Amino acid sequence: MLALASLVCGFIFGLGLLISGMTRPTKVLGFLDILGVRTGTWDPSLAVVMAAALAVSGIGYVLAQRRPQPVFAPKFDIPTKTAIDTPLVAGSALFGIGWGLVGLCPGPALENLATLSPPIIVFCVAMAAGMIAHDMGYAKRPAAPPSGALAGADG
Amino acid sequence: MANFTPLSAAIGGALIGLAAVMLMLLAGRVAGISGITAGIFGIGAIDRGWRIAFVAGLILAPVAAMLAGYQVPPPEMPASWLLVIAGGLLVGFGARLGGGCTSGHGVCGVARLSKRSLTATVIFVGTAMITVALMRHVIGG
Repeated sequence: MLALASLVCGFIFGLGLLISGMTRPTKVLGFLDILGVRTGTWDPSLAVVMAAALAVSGIGYVLAQRRPQPVFAPKFDIPTKTAIDTPLVAGSALFGIGWGLVGLCPGPALENLATLSPPIIVFCVAMAAGMIAHDMGYAKRPAAPPSGALAGADG
Repeated sequence: MANFTPLSAAIGGALIGLAAVMLMLLAGRVAGISGITAGIFGIGAIDRGWRIAFVAGLILAPVAAMLAGYQVPPPEMPASWLLVIAGGLLVGFGARLGGGCTSGHGVCGVARLSKRSLTATVIFVGTAMITVALMRHVIGG
């Protein structure tokens, strides 16, 4: 049941990205091109997507966590880190550069695999390689953290 | 703002938020795509099932749209393979080092009012905007 529930969540998430136009790199780049404000070509749609997603998830998270536990899992697995540290800053900066170069972040990149477009496949392979390169480096460090940290600290 | 599509953006955004809430309610997890995906490759990972199912659902969405008769054109990508590969590597490595991406930090983390996620979101939107400005208006222009 957990896998089926997760499949449905992924599907709805995918529909949201598709309907909002966020699977299209050109649409995302239209938002990121802030200098487009000068020429009237700036597209604020991504900000509306974020605002709508936050309105629903902000309220929904509070309501969902009133339950003692999730429906199909033993406990809520919520990120616990609070420190604003160097990896957070450096990683986010690098992520943003990659996002700006192509206009794809992980969700839309994976979703676009459905189009079987060769550049998308290459992007996803490179993205997976980047993830594995990081996680393997993490695992090799002397004081390796428990496996939970490998699976994703924040999301 | 000729390209601004506020209605479809609001509907799509609400669906993204709904999916995030449902994953928390049903699976107790944040809907961070980079974390979910990286966990599939994790050495000795024991919870691959729900992760693979989520990504499968994500890919099935445009397939269902195509079957329902909607046009889903292949996305416009940079002509340069070097840019495509560099972008993919930076997105993958950066998201893992920073602990999340647009979904994990930008939606789920900010929704939890996490200062860490808010900081990450401001930084990656900032460096992405600088990158696009340089690519389009300095190098390209």
